[in-house]
Amino acid sequence: MTMVKALFYLMGFITLASALFVAASKNLVRSVFMFFVTLLSLAGLYVLALADFVAITQIVIYVGGILVLVLFAFMLSGKETLANLQQQNDRFISISKLPALLLAVLFFIVMVNILFKTDINNLQWVNKAVSYKIDIKPDSPMTSNIGTNLMTTYLLPFEAISILLMMALVGAAHLSRKEKNG
Amino acid sequence: MIGLSDFLIVSAGLFCVGLYVILTKRNAIQVLIGIEMMLNAAILNLVAFGKYDRFNNGGQMFALFAIVLAAATTAVALAIILNVYKKYKTIDPNEIHELKD
Repeated sequence: MTMVKALFYLMGFITLASALFVAASKNLVRSVFMFFVTLLSLAGLYVLALADFVAITQIVIYVGGILVLVLFAFMLSGKETLANLQQQNDRFISISKLPALLLAVLFFIVMVNILFKTDINNLQWVNKAVSYKIDIKPDSPMTSNIGTNLMTTYLLPFEAISILLMMALVGAAHLSRKEKNG
Repeated sequence: MIGLSDFLIVSAGLFCVGLYVILTKRNAIQVLIGIEMMLNAAILNLVAFGKYDRFNNGGQMFALFAIVLAAATTAVALAIILNVYKKYKTIDPNEIHELKD
């Protein structure tokens, strides 16, 4: 077992375990902080998939942006929200949660089954990419390539998403303003 | 190197945990966290497949787009949740069943 493989299994385990903790935890703030761990270990998985730029973006946007936003929503919503949120008197597995658990487990079985049925490690186009040597190597310069592609091939989605982001931010600011003079 | 199937199994597990969180949690912020988990599972898939295309790298590119979209979604969703809390004094999705005002 090589170092990379060991790191991959470590990261995968941390990801799934912290996600399960988020699902199981009754304390809301603690589950949000545990979601930090999930996102950080996912960034580690992206690095192991040789997508370092995506990993840094994940850390900057998700961990630095989204989770701080979620925590701010807690802080702003006052003490009584937190008190309301705490009083969920339910265990991880109870009768009312059985359908959801069944659905999730069956969905997982279906997906893993499909993965093995399609023989995912020997896909035709993947084998072709490996044989033509156009798969990403650990030393290939990806970040400059991403920059070039962003300004050439993917210019239209880039512009579309920037307009959408601006619309969403204006909308969020509009929705969350204080209603003083109508 | 790590095979494709390992990444896909991790992402399938993360997706199912997110599905469970969405179905069972009884406040909207945790449901939002479940949605984020499912989005992250999708992004992990994109990145894992994007490893096999060095020149166009569509996988990484659309992973970046999906991350930005998730940020926009979360900002709007949190604003909506705060407004719903102001109006109904609860953020339990089961109790909010009248959307007209």
